[in-house]
Amino acid sequence: MRRVWVLAAVCACVVAWEPETDAAQEFAVPPPPLSEDYYPCSQCHADLSTDPTPRQLTDEHTDIVFDHAEQFRWCLDCHDARDRDKLHLQSGERLDFGESYRLCGQCHGDKYRDWRAGIHGKRTGRWDGEKQYLLCAHCHDPHSPRYVLRADPAWTGTSDRQPEPPPQVPGSQTLPARREGQGAGGH
Amino acid sequence: MSESKRQVTTVDARQASRRKFLKGLAAGAVAASVPAPALAQGGRGFLGYSSWAEYFQKNYLLMSPEEKAAALRRLEEKYSAKYGRKVTVKDTGPREDVLFAYALDLNKCVGCRRCVYGCVRENNLPREGEQIHYIKVLRFEDGVMDFERSDRYYDPKEVPEDGYYYMPVQCLHCRNAPCVKACPVKATWTEPDGLVVVDYNWCIGCRYCMAACPYEGRNFNWQDPVIPSSELNPETHYLGNRPRMRGTVEKCTFCIQRSREGRYPACVEACPVGARKFGNLLDPKSEIRYILENKRVFRIKEELLTEPKFFYFFG
Ligand code: SF4
Ligand code: SF4
Repeated sequence: MRRVWVLAAVCACVVAWEPETDAAQEFAVPPPPLSEDYYPCSQCHADLSTDPTPRQLTDEHTDIVFDHAEQFRWCLDCHDARDRDKLHLQSGERLDFGESYRLCGQCHGDKYRDWRAGIHGKRTGRWDGEKQYLLCAHCHDPHSPRYVLRADPAWTGTSDRQPEPPPQVPGSQTLPARREGQGAGGH
Repeated sequence: MSESKRQVTTVDARQASRRKFLKGLAAGAVAASVPAPALAQGGRGFLGYSSWAEYFQKNYLLMSPEEKAAALRRLEEKYSAKYGRKVTVKDTGPREDVLFAYALDLNKCVGCRRCVYGCVRENNLPREGEQIHYIKVLRFEDGVMDFERSDRYYDPKEVPEDGYYYMPVQCLHCRNAPCVKACPVKATWTEPDGLVVVDYNWCIGCRYCMAACPYEGRNFNWQDPVIPSSELNPETHYLGNRPRMRGTVEKCTFCIQRSREGRYPACVEACPVGARKFGNLLDPKSEIRYILENKRVFRIKEELLTEPKFFYFFG
């Protein structure tokens, strides 16, 4: 009898077990655009003590243009001080960079709602099934989020900010040729 | 006089179109000039049609399933031979409970024309000579929506430009399509899933439909379209991106060869800013329905009652 109970318990555990990551990650997105120079942040930060005072950074990260309501926030409002390779929500919940849309969505609720519905931002995949999402950070620099057609990203298919060539003026190809042809024919 | 001479010589040159043939018949000239062997063999070279079967092919809407299958096979062979690579011609039909619609976010479009050339590549549009673009990106000054004052030839170093906005226009797949009514030979019609399509083989090239379309949605092949074999998209649909010929009208089909397989049109995938949205109007959970329910949308020249299934919105 006892053996049956053990078996049942094992089965229940197997059924109840769900991989944690799948449950947390609601949208499948390509890897977040993290700079290899900095990430993982813990490379350096593991050995550094944390100064939680908001301030202008003068020694490191000076290349970051911070233009995102900077008078109201600073690094540790989004980056987690205890686990440097993560972000956190206002609630304190820690997040992977791959889930950063939840962080952006705290303030930009209307955009977050549209993004979830597939309206804000580029969507690929199938109209009748699986869709591929991009993170907010794939198109907007989180530190300076004003949209620019970025010259780099492979995921949006742009190579630069120059538009593709304009169309021909109708008839510009055939009409001169025809005129020339007529000239040659002695009309 | 020189005109009719030219017609007679083109009979052998595989150049003549059905239109010329009809004209020739009227003049009583062609019947006399067709070489007897060509008639007897029903062989290649007759009036530019690769076979009698092609010449006598019915309107797509009237073909039996067997006739359709034969036509598709024949076209596949013809195109594969012409381009020296395997070309498939499908005719995937409409799905039940699907009505396609499109929406474009004017707040997002940056006028980069990536969609235009994504479309050119996908739909086998001509690369040389007289150009055909299904999508025309119009530039307007801020605060203006006067088509007469729009500019489609803008060419700055960088987009978007200050003081302007951009509005791409293509076939809007009207529910009440004037082009369909104008066609005297029923070479163009609306499919059950809402796509307005053309049977290129049946079109007589009269261009009545182009005159009827208020959106410049249709284009005419003034020349034999030139597509380098290496650039050909070999996955084609009979009513979509299969190679066309001189003298036919063509237009955006919402990429019928992709959309009927569940994929997004090529322009949706090409747009770097995600301004283009596509889906099923009958599915309450679709992106299109979300836009209609949550955004301010409009359609161009609504007062004409053409009922386009192409919506513009401000996201
Ligand atoms: S050009 Fe072709 S599709 Fe247009 S109205 Fe004439 S026959 Fe019909
Ligand atoms: S690709 Fe997108 S942003 Fe560029 S012109 Fe087309 S619709 Fe506008």
